[in-house]
Amino acid sequence: MPANPGTQNAPSIGTTAGPAERPNKTLLFVQSQAPHGTLYGQEGLDAIMMGSAFTECAVLFVGDGIYQLLANQDTSLLASRNYSVSYRALADYGVEKLYCTEADLQQRGLTVADLVVTPCVIDSRALQALMTSFDVILDF
Amino acid sequence: MGMTLNCDKEGFLRQLQDWTPEAATQLAANEDLQLTQEHWEVIYLVRRYYQTFNISPPTRVLVKIVGDQLGPTKGRSIHLMQLFGGKPAKLVAKIAGLPKPTNCD
Repeated sequence: MPANPGTQNAPSIGTTAGPAERPNKTLLFVQSQAPHGTLYGQEGLDAIMMGSAFTECAVLFVGDGIYQLLANQDTSLLASRNYSVSYRALADYGVEKLYCTEADLQQRGLTVADLVVTPCVIDSRALQALMTSFDVILDF
Repeated sequence: MGMTLNCDKEGFLRQLQDWTPEAATQLAANEDLQLTQEHWEVIYLVRRYYQTFNISPPTRVLVKIVGDQLGPTKGRSIHLMQLFGGKPAKLVAKIAGLPKPTNCD
């Protein structure tokens, strides 16, 4: 067995050395539905926050999913929490990578100035690269 | 002594608007806790966080925002556990009149 320099004399006492050898799978969460009509968006956001405790997470907003980030939502007449502002807290959860496509914004007459956070706007080629660069894709 | 508060079975206020500093004192007393200045600064910080982001922060995030806003010596889980016991995020949310943090039993 090859010597492992630096740990030769270290007793194995369950430090971070063991399981860290193979890093956790990276997760790409895809938000693809408009908010409030269904619970997918809210559940997806909860899942992102939970996942961020364990591994690297990023979020891709596609299609009507981009509406989740629309600023100035008023849910006071709905039985739904205005969780759009909660996306602004994702940085505190260590989730810094948010993406959407230029085409999805344009088709809906939106710019990043209309959103509660500023996602990275990518084209379809970059979208392809993004989706292949994560170990797991979770669609909500 | 004490005021009557409309709480759920876990002791969380049912209505956010029922919260007052007096309610906080009572909610803390229900947990055998007497609030000091150090408790209050965390309580108000968490209330501001909720008003901004609509989130009751879980412990990991609580540690971070306390560190960012009150200084690194306070942004440590040991400090928060000394103030609020073994599940600081849950107890802070309760005393601050906020919903229970998600993913927290």
